[in-house]
Amino acid sequence: MNETEIRTTALTTLLSIAPEVEADELRGDRPLRNQVDLDSMDWLNFLLGLHEKLKVDIPEADYARLITLDDVVAYLQKKLGDA
Amino acid sequence: MDASSIIRKTAADQRVTPNFVDFAGERQRFSWEAAGRELSGATGKGGINIAAEAVERQAAGALRSKTAFRFLSRGKPARDVSFGEMSVLTSRFANVLKGLGIGCGERVFILAGRIPELYIAVLGGLKHGAVVSPLFSAFGPEPIATRVNLGAGRVLVTTDALYERKVAKWRDRMPTLEHVLLVAEEGGGTSIAGTLDLATLMAAAGDACEVAPTGAEDMALLHFTSGTTGTPKGAVHVHGAVVTHYATGRYALDLHADDIFWCTADPGWVTGTSYGIIAPLLHGVTSIIDREEFDAERWYGILQDEGVTVWYTAPTAIRMLMKAGAEIPRKYRLPQLRFIASVGEPLNPEAVRWGKEVLGLAVHDNWWQTETGGIMIANTPAFDIKPGSMGRPLPGIDAAIVRHHEDGTVTLIDEPDVEGELVLKRGWPSMFRGYLNNEERYRKCFAGPDNEWYLTGDLAKRDADGYFWFVGRADDVIKSAGHLIGPFEVESALMEHPAVAEAGVIGKPDPMVGEVVKAFVSLKHGFEASEALRMDLLGHARKRLGAAVAPKEIAFLPSLPRTRSGKIMRRLLKARELGLPEGDTSTLETA
Repeated sequence: MNETEIRTTALTTLLSIAPEVEADELRGDRPLRNQVDLDSMDWLNFLLGLHEKLKVDIPEADYARLITLDDVVAYLQKKLGDA
Repeated sequence: MDASSIIRKTAADQRVTPNFVDFAGERQRFSWEAAGRELSGATGKGGINIAAEAVERQAAGALRSKTAFRFLSRGKPARDVSFGEMSVLTSRFANVLKGLGIGCGERVFILAGRIPELYIAVLGGLKHGAVVSPLFSAFGPEPIATRVNLGAGRVLVTTDALYERKVAKWRDRMPTLEHVLLVAEEGGGTSIAGTLDLATLMAAAGDACEVAPTGAEDMALLHFTSGTTGTPKGAVHVHGAVVTHYATGRYALDLHADDIFWCTADPGWVTGTSYGIIAPLLHGVTSIIDREEFDAERWYGILQDEGVTVWYTAPTAIRMLMKAGAEIPRKYRLPQLRFIASVGEPLNPEAVRWGKEVLGLAVHDNWWQTETGGIMIANTPAFDIKPGSMGRPLPGIDAAIVRHHEDGTVTLIDEPDVEGELVLKRGWPSMFRGYLNNEERYRKCFAGPDNEWYLTGDLAKRDADGYFWFVGRADDVIKSAGHLIGPFEVESALMEHPAVAEAGVIGKPDPMVGEVVKAFVSLKHGFEASEALRMDLLGHARKRLGAAVAPKEIAFLPSLPRTRSGKIMRRLLKARELGLPEGDTSTLETA
């Protein structure tokens, strides 16, 4: 899966939780939760959704590194590459 | 309950001598008048002012250069603000309000994350004699506008990003709002039409300001809470409430002068104001304020690195830490931490014991609500914990269980372990003094001879040892992550969608957050239930209500069950959702 596909999956997952998001207004390099209203539960559901769609394990200890959409995409890409 | 599950306290559990050790004696000796005399009453004119007690009393004494707040945010160095600096900054903010022509008793709303300006504006507003209302920054435009209008807000302090996302397009719906003061989220200044840059105003304002001569019964804070029907209720709190903040900081949070205290609540909720701002300042302790959202690693890191000694958090956070596993806390050492308290919803026994096993400290649940202004019933350091119980009433608080009759009267229930409504004897200083513009709703909260009992709306029971146990809400209000959500507010937003004919909203039990908001909707003719429509409705609700209030789940039904009088039967929706017996459905129209 290439970066574009991963990004699309991440956005689809985000939109299933927060359909109000305008995907083209999102800045990949800014903290996601400063741009989108996501409470703690939304955030967990987002990560859980990624896990289910991509079959990637995202241990709790890694959550702190996933701040921006770019972080999330890079993290998933590495995980998928390692697998 | 099984006696073996009680967590017994011994002297070895106490790293400092607790403030509250003689339960009966302290309750007997205690008086609110005496507690009030420990504060200065220094407004210059014999009154009382929350900011004078919290900030000026300390800044004028030995604590002037002590850190009052340590503000943390990701990727930036911590910002320490001393009591002396808080005094100057709050004076400047008070002068900003004065410069704008804001008078005593006028309403200042604050909508921001946990940034220093929020804390400065709350205390500066109080110092000026304005009535302050902090709003949760995860609210959407609809809850924000509803609350600003109910409170007739004249000033709104917010950030440039929040303004553009949640206020700008809706501003013409808030006719009382004259001044919007903006903080730049990325630092620097702001220049958005129709707003003022707070940093510029603060830089130009003078450092000297006299504390407003407020009295104990003058309105200080406005906290909104949700009811089953109608609009949110603006609970009015007065400057005299500061005596409760002080006494409960001592008894329930066991604050000692050299504590490092961390209250994780957002000031948009009453806990984050009473205990995230006011109580720790009153006791002269240093408070940690973290701007970021929950993150297990980050939180353990803060507890360790900041040397937190007293930690006040919420069941949802505890359960999220539990879910994160026992591996993470093993990487951290928390030798300073000595007391953990929790509030928001009943803490399940597993969570109480998890604290003991993983952190070496049991979690102490306590109970109060927006209307009570401060902690009323609590588990405290010196006393045994019965996991799952909210504890016992604090000094100055009399609690009882009553049977609440249809005609509005109440009968006290004396026998133990009998379920009824939890009531409190009126007279504690932080009791709310009204629901803004709704005297009738306020009056209905009291019953008994001379209306001496405040009816909490919570069902509970008291055991033979005097411990209270939460049973449930007497109404349909939803408790999610410790916050009350009114189903009516959510239903109203859904009804604004062109496809929706009717909407019914319930709290669906959830192991993590207590309850999640679930909506049932039926559609107007010409609309078909589909995944795309469900997403459209979800987005619609989230845009208006914000993530904290909007439903997490939406289900379509051909029609919603109503009573003969036309009210949607939320209880029946909930019973069906849970697969429970549906009870008496004789008044039902469509079953």
